[in-house]
Amino acid sequence: MKHLKDYLKNYKLESILSPLLKMLEACFDLAVPLIVADVIDTGIASGDSSYIVRRFFLLVAMALLGLASCFIAQFFAAKAAIGTSSALRHDLLKKIQSLSLKETDKLTSSTLITRMTSDVMQVQNGLNLFLRLFMRSPFIVIGSTVLAFAISKSLAWVFVAAIAVLFIIVFSVMKITNPMYEDVQKNLDKITEVTGENLTGARVIRAFSREEKQTETFNNANTKLYNSQIRVGKTAAVLNPMTYVVVNTVIILVLWIGAKRTDSGLLLSGDIIALINYISQILIELVKLANLITQLGRSVACMNRIGRVLDTECSMEYKSDYTKKDTGEAVRFENVSFRYSDAGGNALKNISFTALKGQTIGITGGTGCGKSTLAGLILRFYDAGSGTVYIDGTDIKDIPKEKLVHLVSAVLQRAVLFKGTIKSNMLLADPNATDDEIYAALEIAQAKDFVDAKSQKLDAIVEQGGANLSGGQKQRLTIARALLAKAEILILDDSFSALDFATDAALRAALRSLPKNITVFIISQRVSSIKNADRILVLDDGALVGNGTHEELLKNCGVYREIYESQNKSEAK
Amino acid sequence: MNRKTLKSVLKLIRPHWFFVVLSALCAVFSVAAALLIPVFTGDAIDFMLGKGNVDFSGVLKKVITIAAVALAAALSQYFMSLCNNKITYFVCRDLRRKLGEKLHSLPISYIDSHSFGDLLSRMISDVDAFADGLLMGFTQLFTGVITIGAILVIMFVLNRRIALAVFVLTPLSVFVSKFIATRTHKYFTKQASVRGEQTALINELIEGQQVLKVFGAESRSLEDFDKINSELQDAALKATFFSSLTNPSTRLVNNIVYAIVTLLGAVLCITGAGAITVGGLSVFLSYANQYAKPFNEISGVITEFQNSLTCAGRIEEVLEAENQPAEPENPLCPPVNGDVGFEAVSFRYVKERPLIENFDLEVESGQCVAIVGPTGCGKTTLINLLMRFYDVDSGAIRVDNADIRKMRRHDLRSRYGMVLQDTWLCHGTVKENIAYGKPDASDEEIIDAAKKAHAHSFIMRLKNGYDTEISGEGANLSAGQKQLLCIARAMLCRPPMLILDEATSSIDTRTELKIQAAFDEMMEGRTSFIVAHRLSTIKKADLILVMKDGKIIEKGNHSELLKKGGFYKALYESQFAKV
Repeated sequence: MKHLKDYLKNYKLESILSPLLKMLEACFDLAVPLIVADVIDTGIASGDSSYIVRRFFLLVAMALLGLASCFIAQFFAAKAAIGTSSALRHDLLKKIQSLSLKETDKLTSSTLITRMTSDVMQVQNGLNLFLRLFMRSPFIVIGSTVLAFAISKSLAWVFVAAIAVLFIIVFSVMKITNPMYEDVQKNLDKITEVTGENLTGARVIRAFSREEKQTETFNNANTKLYNSQIRVGKTAAVLNPMTYVVVNTVIILVLWIGAKRTDSGLLLSGDIIALINYISQILIELVKLANLITQLGRSVACMNRIGRVLDTECSMEYKSDYTKKDTGEAVRFENVSFRYSDAGGNALKNISFTALKGQTIGITGGTGCGKSTLAGLILRFYDAGSGTVYIDGTDIKDIPKEKLVHLVSAVLQRAVLFKGTIKSNMLLADPNATDDEIYAALEIAQAKDFVDAKSQKLDAIVEQGGANLSGGQKQRLTIARALLAKAEILILDDSFSALDFATDAALRAALRSLPKNITVFIISQRVSSIKNADRILVLDDGALVGNGTHEELLKNCGVYREIYESQNKSEAK
Repeated sequence: MNRKTLKSVLKLIRPHWFFVVLSALCAVFSVAAALLIPVFTGDAIDFMLGKGNVDFSGVLKKVITIAAVALAAALSQYFMSLCNNKITYFVCRDLRRKLGEKLHSLPISYIDSHSFGDLLSRMISDVDAFADGLLMGFTQLFTGVITIGAILVIMFVLNRRIALAVFVLTPLSVFVSKFIATRTHKYFTKQASVRGEQTALINELIEGQQVLKVFGAESRSLEDFDKINSELQDAALKATFFSSLTNPSTRLVNNIVYAIVTLLGAVLCITGAGAITVGGLSVFLSYANQYAKPFNEISGVITEFQNSLTCAGRIEEVLEAENQPAEPENPLCPPVNGDVGFEAVSFRYVKERPLIENFDLEVESGQCVAIVGPTGCGKTTLINLLMRFYDVDSGAIRVDNADIRKMRRHDLRSRYGMVLQDTWLCHGTVKENIAYGKPDASDEEIIDAAKKAHAHSFIMRLKNGYDTEISGEGANLSAGQKQLLCIARAMLCRPPMLILDEATSSIDTRTELKIQAAFDEMMEGRTSFIVAHRLSTIKKADLILVMKDGKIIEKGNHSELLKKGGFYKALYESQFAKV
């Protein structure tokens, strides 16, 4: 919650004035029954019609003033709440981007997206409601009671008791129903899950003729949802009749005690009308207050979740300057081990190797052996658990963030494109690239042909997630993008998997035309993709089991020989 | 809102008519009570004429009446809520059940051509929104309309002149709220669309954060984000502020009406022209107050109800979508042999775009058919036709000499074991997933299948082995591991025919080779269809279909096709191009 205070500081005027103006409006509301009582007790009793007319104009004037102050209050509240939510979203994204993957892995993408969307939304709604109502409702409740005391002390005690009882009723019903509502939500989530499963798995479900079984699962979830809804409905339905009974009990008491007071000349009938008016006002505000409290409870929970993201500390430190050494070596690993934070064992075990500038390094190994993890360490997605990674002869931790970006570029396993145009996706790597440079990169990546085939060329639309492109097209565009960054070290992580063999071969041939000083890492399961590399690293279950050229490895690395034979045998068949 | 939707909504409610009638009765009763109590209160006040002049027995009588009526009203309110809950949730349960069943009888083409998010939101959020609207409609529309009508009658009985003034003035608040609502609607639409865009961007930026880090593009993307963020800020401020004006504005109208009633009433009281007492005036005032409220509520209900009818319409669209063709009346079920034949088959996804035209193919039992071609060439189309996910436009596909449209879908599909590129797993344990096609399989069978698929060793390394829960479509497994489970799932069924669509694309070649051996053993003498990128895995096929741009352009075995010197040859040779 401490964060929220900081944000509201930017809207000091708004967040103070809004509740105050709402209070002013509430004052006018409170005065209405008093004036009406005046009209009845003074105006009618004395037969003074001009007095009545004057009171009438007073009522109209107060209604208008109330409206004006309410408008301003709503505007201020909306401005403060929405301004805060915008700032929250900005700060959240900035924070998320400053975190290392170690932290964001732990927080998970789906959580972060919920934080930035629905959680912020809840905070905005809660804040807006809070600024508008947190003064008004209690003020009216208390004000009505005070005014009731002014009219009749003994009757006002009835009010106090009634308010207490109403509070107890509202809160106990809320307390009982809250977990029930959570239950409903859980059942609804289950239905969503089953429905989603039925949609995505339509083919498999039908292939295995499991339609009936799936329907059964769905119907069970559906019945459960229905039962939980009915259950909470039964309890929640108690609230209205109970408050109704309490309010009418107050009316009865006011009438009975009021009758006695009137008889002894302590009270006028106009007063009784006023008191009855107050009790109905109190009722309305109490219901609003209960809603406000429920809503606020939800908003506070959301704000706390957001706060936890904002308070997450980045585990990586970046240096601001460094002196470039010229060592001739591009990447060196020295006894590097690494473990993902939630994993049982090390993903990389004591890895050491050196890649010289201009070399092509192949990395191979079975599914899940740590190939992509190794690439992640060169990109400094993660810091090594022990040992040191050197880039250009300097400890990677001593290289400033902006410098590292220019040193290392990569094509990641999952081809990610952003909504926009082909050009906007290319410019991600280098905002100043010219069209000629982009075309040059596209040509190497074997993407020029299909881009040219589009009527809008570089300005062709890329839909979200590149949905309008095939897997192979996406992969080629991400390769072009990585080339455009003109980094000294280029990592290609399984970047040819969606390409057919013809394109794959053409692309590899084109890659050889890159400037001589560029170091290329090719990660692949296909021996054919890496066998001509200057050096091949063979990983097995996180350990480096082979390091050498194709010929050397065939001779002295069992794992490599096995991989090679598994592909060659089937090719030879 | 179209009448047809309304009709179908009424049809859904009809089975619960008893609760509807009960609810209406309760509504009438509770409204009557709510309206009578102020009358009794006024009467009671009229018994208090001043000091020493209070008719206590009169007051007592009224007080007892109030107590009785209030209790009865509270009870009827409670029953009304119960009825409304029952109707609403009943209707929703029926609706969901229908949708759930519908899902499995829709043709695959329907699911393919509708976005996942859209279908899901129709089945979940739309039903939910429909329920909310329905519930609100029942509780507030009923009581609201009854209240307005009844109060009008009472007010006219009490005092015609003041009643007329109220009657003329109050609808003003409806106009005011309508006026504001129509003007804020566009701000809401704007807000919703900007928010949608922003959510999409947030999704991209967070899912793609690795890429942003690679290129150091975080701050640039933040700038893009800020643009849309301030756009949203602007739209949200307008929508929130303008919509928040409705309530105070209608309240203003109500307050002025209230003031006028006070003025008129008081003046009439003094002049005695209207024959109204002080107690009568107090009654009138509280009616004037109550009379205005339902107008606000009803305008809210109507918007909500419109929304809910829109949802009902969207649900209706799904429910009325054409089902897949019904099962044949006298289904054929020839003995399993493994012959598959395409006879002059034509098929198009889109009418205007020819795809498969006049295609003939004979596959004899035990043959292996490989389908090759560049990405996106439509290899999956053939599988769609074989499994009868789609029906041919003309011609016929025969399995063991029976037209597959004359067989029951279950009988056809159970002849195939299928492993797709898309590794779908269901929510449940590893064991349940492997036994998906054969739920009564013994543990030995399951473990045997897993061993054959080389999944056993990784399963044993999972936390709870075969009883490990697979969460959200297998998020806790790697792509390769999921594929191994899918293979085990197919192997357990020991199907007479096999369809493999890039079944081993995520598995490393060493493991793949071992699995291939298991497949080979299993497929001994059985018919199989294989889609693959890797030419090496299909060289040994009896028949290779080469596809390009959705069409089959070459057909033959490996050496025949190489001799032909066409597209296949080019594809094949590119594999051995020097790096």
